[in-house]
Amino acid sequence: METGLPARPGSGSGVGRWGRVPRAEGAVPAVAMGSEPGGCALRPFSCELGPLGRPDGSAAFLQGDTSVLAGLYGPAEVKGSRELYDQATLEVLLKPKVGLPGVFEKSREQLIRRTCEAVILGTLHPRTSVTIVLQVVSDAGSLLACCLNAACMGLMDAGLPMKSLFCGVTCALDADGALSLDPTAKQEKEARALLTFAISSVERRVLMSTTKGTCSVEELQRCIAAAQRAADAVFRFYRDSIHRKYSKA
Amino acid sequence: MGQLQRGGSGPDNKPLRREEPLLRAPGPHSAPCRETSAPPGQHPPKGQMGEEGARKCVPPGTGSRSRRGGSGTMAAGFKTVEPLEYYRRFLKENCRPDGRELGEFRTTTVNIGSITTADGSALVKLGNTTVICGIKAEFAEPPAESSNKGYIVPNVDLSPLCSSRFRPGPPGEEAQAASQFIADVIENSEIIMKEDLCIANGKLAWVLYCDLICLDYDGNILDACTFALLAALKNVQLPTVTINEETGLAEVNLKQTNPLNIRKHPVATSFAVFDDTILIVDPTAEEEDLATGTVTIVMDEEGRLCSVNKPGGSGLTAAKLQDCITRAVTRHKEVKQLIDKVIKSVK
Repeated sequence: METGLPARPGSGSGVGRWGRVPRAEGAVPAVAMGSEPGGCALRPFSCELGPLGRPDGSAAFLQGDTSVLAGLYGPAEVKGSRELYDQATLEVLLKPKVGLPGVFEKSREQLIRRTCEAVILGTLHPRTSVTIVLQVVSDAGSLLACCLNAACMGLMDAGLPMKSLFCGVTCALDADGALSLDPTAKQEKEARALLTFAISSVERRVLMSTTKGTCSVEELQRCIAAAQRAADAVFRFYRDSIHRKYSKA
Repeated sequence: MGQLQRGGSGPDNKPLRREEPLLRAPGPHSAPCRETSAPPGQHPPKGQMGEEGARKCVPPGTGSRSRRGGSGTMAAGFKTVEPLEYYRRFLKENCRPDGRELGEFRTTTVNIGSITTADGSALVKLGNTTVICGIKAEFAEPPAESSNKGYIVPNVDLSPLCSSRFRPGPPGEEAQAASQFIADVIENSEIIMKEDLCIANGKLAWVLYCDLICLDYDGNILDACTFALLAALKNVQLPTVTINEETGLAEVNLKQTNPLNIRKHPVATSFAVFDDTILIVDPTAEEEDLATGTVTIVMDEEGRLCSVNKPGGSGLTAAKLQDCITRAVTRHKEVKQLIDKVIKSVK
């Protein structure tokens, strides 16, 4: 079981830590993100594959200080009324850090569920159920993107057949229209608009989009382009971590 | 008193017939659908404010020999066995089973002020989809962290009345997601400033309970709910409240009412994605079931995007999203025209 150590926030150099993409402000990025206007670099992220023993697949994904734990059960037995004769039934449960899940979590669950339904080859497992349980361990901004990443890594760990991979990227637009990716909680509060996208690994298509606040059409296109570029780094990270997992075994 | 208004009127105020959609979908400009007698199952919504006879589409290749009863049963059988293939035959000709073009909305009708016991109400019909919004204003203490703000609490109710897919009991996932969507639209678009709902800082504020009840579910619930909410908010009349200095109690003057200050007019446009490439506007319930994804774009009058809601489904390129946004801009103008007409007719 490969363990990725969580990166300490603010630490500039990360020699020997795999899957790190340090912030571009001042530091030389380990993986060249290109000269993006306005600090378009992701926070250092890391992942642990298979930390939980009982679920069929599990992953812990950390983005800066935001951390989400995903557990996957599937393909498993499905209750009679929810059975679909030709494909697998997907269920997503999002557990907030504090309190009971409410309407907000329900709407997030629907977003994640429909994103996963678009990529999982459910027709290979008819009359079964796939359950994804996401537990928020800590929330320091970009929570939905972290949930999506954790879900995708969990799906890979469980070995479920997928059409493509997906990753979550959050963009924040401040009052001047400056774009920043993977915002912290403070940046999110000060932002005029927050856009979260799920980008597919095939042609970098937009699988899921949800916005908060208002933005112009041109700003939306800029954010999509920036998110598609940032997705490259995340997909490289996925490949590296799976490579590591299977090279050890 | 309510006024019944038909949507989709042309520039010279004549009721728009089906053959002239306000925006054609990009594609062959010729009218692709042939006129023929279709079986009862394929009729467009009946009794819709006296529609003129609309053209109906029959998929090419089925029942081409006999144009009467024979083609009808064959097409209906094909539709039952292979609904997706049946639908694809229409899409290939750039039209849909109910006769609409890909970029055409169903007839939109709005009726304002029908619930006299509510402070504001509106009934919106998008084809068969019917949503009624009722707004009640009550008093509450402002929240501790922002003592100068009131509350707006939307709630979407999808009950077994509107469709058999909903079971009785606590709200299901779709209703909760729709409620969250409406709450997000209210917050993102700043349709009302919550500061306007405050009566006395820290002591008293208005709470607007917006109940959106679906009476008939035929797809595109989000558009209908957003429109109903906007129309109902424009209809709200709040009584003047003064705080008595001596007793500290609120005195409500029901005779003197003020309308709400509606700053922005957000309008939602929903699309369904088919086979990863084709976008159709205003899907019916059948089309939603067959679609591989949905997108909802909410725009305000300044051309700013209040919400781009794409809950999963097949991936779209940025260019396709741009097409959706272009159609959403046109739809906003249509809806704004309709609402202005209704409000003017009520006054």
